[in-house]
Amino acid sequence: MSTPSLLLDNVTRVHGSGETAVRALDGVSLEVMPGELVAVMGPSGSGKSTLLNLAGGLDLATSGRVVIEGEDLSTLGAKGVAQLRRRRVGFVFQDYNLIPSLTAAENVSLPLELDGERPGKARRHARQTLDLMGLRELSDRFPDQMSGGQQQRVAIARALIGSRRLVLADEPTGALDSHTGEDVLRVLRERCDEGVAGLLVTHEARHAAWADRVVFLRDGVVVDSTGHASRAEDLLDTAGARR
Amino acid sequence: MSVKQGLMALLAQAPMYGAQLRSEFEERTGGTWPLNVGQVYTTLARLERDGLVEPVGEPDAEGRISYRLTDAGKAEVGTWWSTPVDRDNTPRDELTIKLALAVTVPGVDVQAVAQTQRTATLRQLHDLTRLKQDVLRKQRAAESGAAPSEAPAANEGDEAGRDGNHDLAWLLVLENLIFTAEAEVRWLDHVETRLHRESLRPFRRSSAGETAAEATARVEAEETAYRLEDEGQPQTGRAGARR
Repeated sequence: MSTPSLLLDNVTRVHGSGETAVRALDGVSLEVMPGELVAVMGPSGSGKSTLLNLAGGLDLATSGRVVIEGEDLSTLGAKGVAQLRRRRVGFVFQDYNLIPSLTAAENVSLPLELDGERPGKARRHARQTLDLMGLRELSDRFPDQMSGGQQQRVAIARALIGSRRLVLADEPTGALDSHTGEDVLRVLRERCDEGVAGLLVTHEARHAAWADRVVFLRDGVVVDSTGHASRAEDLLDTAGARR
Repeated sequence: MSVKQGLMALLAQAPMYGAQLRSEFEERTGGTWPLNVGQVYTTLARLERDGLVEPVGEPDAEGRISYRLTDAGKAEVGTWWSTPVDRDNTPRDELTIKLALAVTVPGVDVQAVAQTQRTATLRQLHDLTRLKQDVLRKQRAAESGAAPSEAPAANEGDEAGRDGNHDLAWLLVLENLIFTAEAEVRWLDHVETRLHRESLRPFRRSSAGETAAEATARVEAEETAYRLEDEGQPQTGRAGARR
């Protein structure tokens, strides 16, 4: 059994104290294996963003363990967490967060350059990553020369440059139309099929359906998880279909 | 949709015999609406009686008779394409009835009913999305395999075009099922929010097992809480419920 890319073990996050304390997450356990895409759904205020922030080391758990590729974040210290975040975790946000004055290739190479890689080598690597994802023609374009869907696919390339094998996506299709959103999910799905682990926060069931399973949060607690799929043939039988 | 219009739409393309009509219908709709051959022949007999189709020539060696549209049949197909589908005869929906009853029958955990359904529908959505991914993958493979220098022979091209159209038909059927399932999940989200809001209202229905006196006392206490809050004296006891 391989090491989980992400493990949350009985994680609780409390904001504030005393009577005004709010338990944003309450005893959540979750595992994402390499090659697995897990979607997190739940109503507003259910703790989805808190979960993602904890998973990416942007916030600290009040209790419980957050472990990324075998490393317990609580044992690393601020510097260690920052380094781990830079090298192992990629973030994808709803509004892409590309730097407007840099080309796609420069945006994608940025995490490597920040981590001390020489610019030339980092750019070459960025172009390779863009090629691999079928985005070669975008390499020299600036963000304002790309559509929203193209920017988001570049953002996924940036999230996965170098040795990063865990991608945390917060409503990555939120600003995109149905077809473009689907292209972005397809790219994410393909990365996961090739061994990347993904955690996808979304409020759209149609998008969550691209994941291997869906975890449902309510009031900071996991109330349900869909587990793995039934056979498609059974599904079509129940839908009155036969193929 | 009636089988009648479906079969007539197929006959508008070319004359066909019963078994041919059945397999074409199922192939183009992804087998979502399976037909039995008896149903096809009964429908053809009615269409012939009504002057909408007519047999073409003599039966073939295996005794099969092909049918084609009459002019009246062609006009009827034209009308079908240009007329919106009548959804007034909505079939009774068990889920709607179940939830309507759940909120009125004491002792039923409505949220649990909604969550159980949501889990099942998300699974269904996941499986449908997997089937859709298979079709998309097949389409992409066909696109990348069709290099310009390898122009297929005329017959091969026809065959590929036919397969492509059938894949497109199957994709549209799948996407219809996906959007329907998604709509159900969205409605369940809405139900949950509605239930939450109702639970905050002072004049909500009595909880299960509550006596009339207890219900009156509860409503009075809640009214007082609301009044005090309106006057700028928040009640700490309700803070948790409002986050």
